[in-house]
Parts: sequence; C-alpha cells; structure tokens
Amino acid sequence: MAGYFLRRIVQAVLILLGVSFITFFLLYVLPADPVRQIAGRSATAATVENIRQQLGLDQPFIVQYGRYLAGLVQGDLGRSYLQKTEVAELIASRLPATLQLMLAGIAAELVLGLGMGIAAALLRGRVADQVLMMTSFVTVSAPQFVVSLLLLYVFAVKLGWFPIGGYGTLWHLVLPALTLGILGSGWYSRMMRSSMIDVLRADFIRTARAKGLTQSRVVLRHALPNAILPIIAMIGIDIGIFMGGIVVVESVFGWPGIGQLAWQAIQRVDIPIIMGVTLVSACAIVLGNLLADVLAPFVDPRIRLR
Amino acid sequence: MKKWLTSTALVLTLALPVAAQDYTPSPDAKAGGSITVTYKDDVATLDPAIGYDWQNWSMIKSLFDGLMDYVPGTTELRPGLAESYEISPDGLVYTFKLRAGVKFHNGREMTAEDVKYSLGRVTDPATQSPGAGFFGSIAGFDAAGPDGLSGVEVTGPLTVKITLSRPDATFLHVMALNFASVVPKEAVDEAGADFGKKPVGTGAYKLEEWTLGQRLVFAKNADYWRAGVPFLDSVVFEVGQEPVVALLRLQNGEVDVPGDGIPPAKFQEVMGDPAQAAHVVVGGQLHTGYITLNVKMAPFDNLDVRKAVNMAINKDRIVQIINGRAVPATQPLPPSMPGYTEGYAGYAYDVEGAKKLLADAGLADGFETEMYVMNTDPNPRIAQAIQQDLAAIGIKVNIQSLAQANVIEAGGAGTAPMIWSGGMAWIADFPDPSNFYGPILGCAGAGDGGWNWSKFCDEALDAKATEADSMADPAKVEERLKLWSDVYTGVMEQAPWVPVFNEERYTMKSDRMGGEDALYVDPVSIPVNYDYVWVKQ
Repeated sequence: MAGYFLRRIVQAVLILLGVSFITFFLLYVLPADPVRQIAGRSATAATVENIRQQLGLDQPFIVQYGRYLAGLVQGDLGRSYLQKTEVAELIASRLPATLQLMLAGIAAELVLGLGMGIAAALLRGRVADQVLMMTSFVTVSAPQFVVSLLLLYVFAVKLGWFPIGGYGTLWHLVLPALTLGILGSGWYSRMMRSSMIDVLRADFIRTARAKGLTQSRVVLRHALPNAILPIIAMIGIDIGIFMGGIVVVESVFGWPGIGQLAWQAIQRVDIPIIMGVTLVSACAIVLGNLLADVLAPFVDPRIRLR
Repeated sequence: MKKWLTSTALVLTLALPVAAQDYTPSPDAKAGGSITVTYKDDVATLDPAIGYDWQNWSMIKSLFDGLMDYVPGTTELRPGLAESYEISPDGLVYTFKLRAGVKFHNGREMTAEDVKYSLGRVTDPATQSPGAGFFGSIAGFDAAGPDGLSGVEVTGPLTVKITLSRPDATFLHVMALNFASVVPKEAVDEAGADFGKKPVGTGAYKLEEWTLGQRLVFAKNADYWRAGVPFLDSVVFEVGQEPVVALLRLQNGEVDVPGDGIPPAKFQEVMGDPAQAAHVVVGGQLHTGYITLNVKMAPFDNLDVRKAVNMAINKDRIVQIINGRAVPATQPLPPSMPGYTEGYAGYAYDVEGAKKLLADAGLADGFETEMYVMNTDPNPRIAQAIQQDLAAIGIKVNIQSLAQANVIEAGGAGTAPMIWSGGMAWIADFPDPSNFYGPILGCAGAGDGGWNWSKFCDEALDAKATEADSMADPAKVEERLKLWSDVYTGVMEQAPWVPVFNEERYTMKSDRMGGEDALYVDPVSIPVNYDYVWVKQ
C-alpha cells in the first residue's frame, strides 16, 4: 500500500512537471509580449527593455523555467505581472469557491446521471428508456452558456426562488451546481445504463432473483455496487472536463472561482497567473484520479492497490 | 518683478475660465445612501501608478487626487490638490501651491514632499508604471531612478516647482492623469508591491473592503477636502458579473449601474422598450476606431492604394453592425476633441472612384492581403463587413482573428498589413489633440514594438506636432489647435489609416440614481463620476 502511494506520488510529480514545462514553453513561444502590456502605449524602447530585464524575460528559456521551478519548490508561484499581487494569494482567495462548486456540481452530476442511468437500464427498451437517453444526449450537447442563462432566467428571474447570481449561501450554490450537474449527467447516465445492463444479465443477479430477493434489494445491494465501478474511475477523468464547464458557469453566475481569474489572465498574457491556475487544475485532476483509484477497493474488495 | 507680473497675467488667463466653468451640483442632490455597480472582471489594481484600464481608471480617480482635476462631466481642467499654479513665461517652470490641511486616508496631512515622492515613484523604472512616459517632459526624466526627478523641487511645505526640459502644452493635463496622483510614502513602503490592493490616497472615497473576486466597497471619506462631496456613503462594486446577468439584476432593482454597459445582444431589446430605454444615458467619448494600413508593406506603400481602401469602406453600414452606437469618422480625432477639423469630409464612400485609383496604381485586378482583428464580438463581424467592402473593389482580405495580445504583437512587429483596431482602439488618456498623435501616428511609435501599427512616419508632420506641443502659452490656444488640425489633415492626405467610427457611450442607471446625465457619461470617469452622483431614496 505504502509502495503504491509512493509510486503514485512520484508519477504525480512527473505529470505536474510535464504540465508545467509544456505550459511554460507554450507561453514562451506565444506571439504576444507581456512586457509591452505592462509598459503601456507611451513607453520608450528603453523602458520596455528595463522591465524585461527586471522580470528576467531577457533570459534564455531554460533559465526562466529553472527560476520558475526553483520558486515553485519553495511554494512561490510568483507575482502577477499586471496586478503585482502574489499569485498564490489570488488563487487561494478563489480556490474555496471553485472547490465548493466542483463538489456540489459533481454530486449533482452523479445523482442525476446515475438516477437516469439506473432507471433507463431497468426500463430498457421502453419509451421511458428512449426518452431518458434522448435527454442525456441533449444535456451533453447543450452549450453551457445557454443552459446557465436559461436556468437563471426561469428559476431566479421569473420564479424568484433563487438569487440572481452571487456567492455566499447555500441558495446561491443550487443553480450553478445544478447547471453543471445537468450538463455532465449525460455521460454518467449513458455509462451507468450500459454498465447496469451488463450486470443485470450476470449469473449472480439471476441467482439473487431466484433466491426471492425483492427488486430493490437486487438492484441496490447486488447490481449497483458492481455496475458503479467504471463510474468511479470516470469521476477522476471527469474533473478535467469539469474545469472547462466551471469557467463558463462561474462567469454567468458570478461565482468567484479560479475560472474567472484564469480567463482574465489569459486575455492579458499575465503568465504567472496562467501558470499558477494551470498547475492547480492539473493538481486537481491528478488528485481526482488518485482518489478514484483509492476508492475503488472500498466498493469492490476484489481490487487491490499494488 | 516683470517676470512675476507676466506669470501672474498668465495665471489669470488660465485660471479665470476654469473658475467660471466649475461645477455646481444640482440643488436636489442629497447626501447618503449606497449604490451597487457590477463588473465582469475583477479589478486588477488600485495603484494609481500601475492601473491603466477603463475599469479601474475611474475607481482610482475616486480614491486619489492629483494636482489638477477636471470639472465633472466635462473635459475642462480645474485645480485639484493644487490651490493655484504659476507658469513661467518660457513655459518651462510650473509652480504649484498646494491646498493646506488636505489629509490622506491614513490621517496624515499631505505636503509638497508627497508630490515629489509620487512623481519620482511613477517615473522610477522599478515601479514599472505604464504611465511613466507621460512625464517625459520633466527635467531629469531620462535619469529617473529611486532618487526621484531632478526637475521636481520642494520650495516650501506646500509649494512644488516643476521644471520641464522642453515646453509642453499638455503638462497640466498630465498632472490630472491618475498616474500623477499623490500617494503617501509610508503607506507605499508598508504595503510594498501590494499597494494596489491597499490604496491610501486623499480621494473622496477610501477603500473599505476588497474580497478578491467578489466585491470592493468604497466608503465616503468624511474628511474630504472638497466640501459637500461625495454624496454617497458607499459604493459597492460587485465583480464577476456577466453583463447579461447584470442587466437582469438592474431590471430587478438589485443593481444601480451595470459597469460593462448594455450587452450587444440585448441592445435592441433595451432600446426598443421605452421603460428600459428611459434608463439609458448616451454620450460621446474620446474614441476613434480605425484600420491601420502598413505603409512599409506593398501594396500599401502606394498612396493611391491607401486612398482606394479609404474610399471603399462603407462606414455607415459598419455603424449599423454595432446597432448605431457610433458616428462615422472622417479623421483621426473624435468630434468632441479640441482640434477636430469641422467640415473636413475625409474620403467619402465611392466604390467606382476606389476602383479607378486601384487601376491607376496598376492593380486593376486587385490583390490579396491580411487583416488582423481582435477575436471578441463585435470585432470579427466588423472585420467581415470590411472584407466585403474591399472585395467589391477586388481586394481579397484574409481575416486573422486573434487574442488582443497577439494582434498588438503583430502590429508592433510590423508584420500585419492591416489591423482593425476595435477593442484596442484609441481612447484618449486626456482631452488634448496631442494624445492621438505621438505613439500611434508619430515617428516615435513607428519603431519595432511601437503602437504606430501603420508604421507611418512623416518627419515634417512630426516637427509640426512638436511645435504644437511646445506652444504652452494659453494665449496661443487657438493657434495651437489650428496647428494640430493641420497635422491631422496632413496625416489624412497620406492615408495611413481608415478612420471608421467614433463610438458613443451608452450607460444605464437605475431609478434611484440622481445627478445630471453628464455625470453618467463623464469623459474621464467611466462609467460614472462616483464623487458627484447621488441617490434619490
């Protein structure tokens, strides 16, 4: 077990190193000069050069990257070029909101997706099954911006059940989490349906039914734990996809997460922020995958971590 | 003595019109209350030496003061922290007498030393201020460093003498820029690089709360040196709000001013509904949207080709694309800018004439070229309209729709044959015609990395521009504006740009908001002059 974790941690560090290198390199070759943005329109060539030197951007790529890594090891993510604020502080102030929304969103995704998938599997071939699968198709392909605004318009503006955007209470969380849940539920419902159908066909389910167990007991006790295994692994992968959706949903609902921060930084080529947010997202994905792997043995004891 | 009399006479000619046009708030104006303003993006910084976007510009104006200021809702200069000023006859020495008893938000009284420190700080290369270049005419600018500027001298506890290395007619405007705000050294030292998050100024408001990514609260500065203002007890800025959502919240009575304005997709709906349109305030702004034609690249090195492109663009139709939120432009300067040439027609829309000019240039079959454009709405749509117009005279334009930073890079490097400036277009830093020339049309900006994307450089026009900027004598204002008008018509004769439109500003406000319309389209405080607006209930 300890060996497993050590291996995974080494793997994670290597992945993060790779992500940091690729991102840093792409930002380095990007045809956009952050110094010009900092220096402003009326700057002389000498001022531009001076700022470039102060930021170390006149150094070769490998020196710049080395310096960044050296800072990173000491927990220093650098300072924003344009805001001059510590990147770590900017991210830390927004991370709790994103995590909160992420957890709620994934929970909503699972409840909706698994519910739809199980129902469709049990009602396989009937109209309800077709309706559910069609719905899942629509939710997967619906644009995030449109769904967010639609929910906001109906439930916040027209019905007045929830606040129109903002952050702070549980009520503020419902609509953005639900939006993310609806948008992501399609993948889970399709996956759950096919996984469930496979399991329901298995011999041990027939045995369970032959023993005279009730339908609910067969489904909840025997079929579900087996059918859910591929879903757990999927959650880890899903976090990556989820980050994309979160940027849009955060901006529509005025949710103060890191998605907004990243978007603003990208527009202004504020490299330290872009790097910081990318690394934090990569950490989330790596951790999500690790968590999914660690959880699997608890659901299915046949799986061993090695 | 003679010198003293002359300078006093100068002061009088300058000071009198300013005093006459100072601002008297409406007698109905009430003190108290709080308003909510929303923005899509978080505020980058409130450090006056660093902040340089339209969102933080007016916020910084409310937190800080400089020696000079503007009459609310206008482009007229008035004294700010300076009670009075004198200009030497040669226009090289400005002596400012500061107001007594002005306090910073930390309670300390402001002195002449603070002015010296602040100007030294903004020009010190270590500060990395995007506004440092504005102070280029102060003596010692070239050697600016941690020790401050040699041209700024403290001659008394409340007197500052600023010596210029060359006459600069725009100097008083420069002293009204946010970059010239007076800051207390001890607060800057204490906050270090975080001063932008912990601003301390002498302004009408002080920063009470800043929750990153969520909200900022400005609270009334009860000790503000200007009597009677601000009217509001507080201004709450909620950031991270999508403009469409901000509009919904305005309709719901939760927001007083949507800072990002009316979203383009909702514009017609808002203007078509009389109840909503009643909340809209329209005003001009010192803005020009233009196409640059790279004069160093064939075939735009040919004047006939540049003229043909100017004549081929249907500006009225482009204005329609942005829902009529602009007026077609004929010259680089916008109409509300002093020095604008009234009656100058520019290049009228004339497809046949354009074709003929192209044929004269030996390009009867047209040619293929590229136009760079920023990739946010409505700019790609405007680029498509330009593409269609040019196709009509045989020019095939390939559109390069890129992020702002990439377009700026291509423009600076001189690799872009054409650029549609939208989204990055020039909005004046101060209301003086010179501000539309130097970096974007003058030789200084035409070098590698400069903002003169058409790489246009005419030494004779540059000399005229320098001459105009040297005419600091207030008695020569008319002559100076005439000279600028000549410079810009001279530019148009060589057609390095296609001036396309001058954008109008549309702001919305809730029923609660009081104060005249001009405060909501204030040329220097976008979207609202926070110091002078008030609430009815």
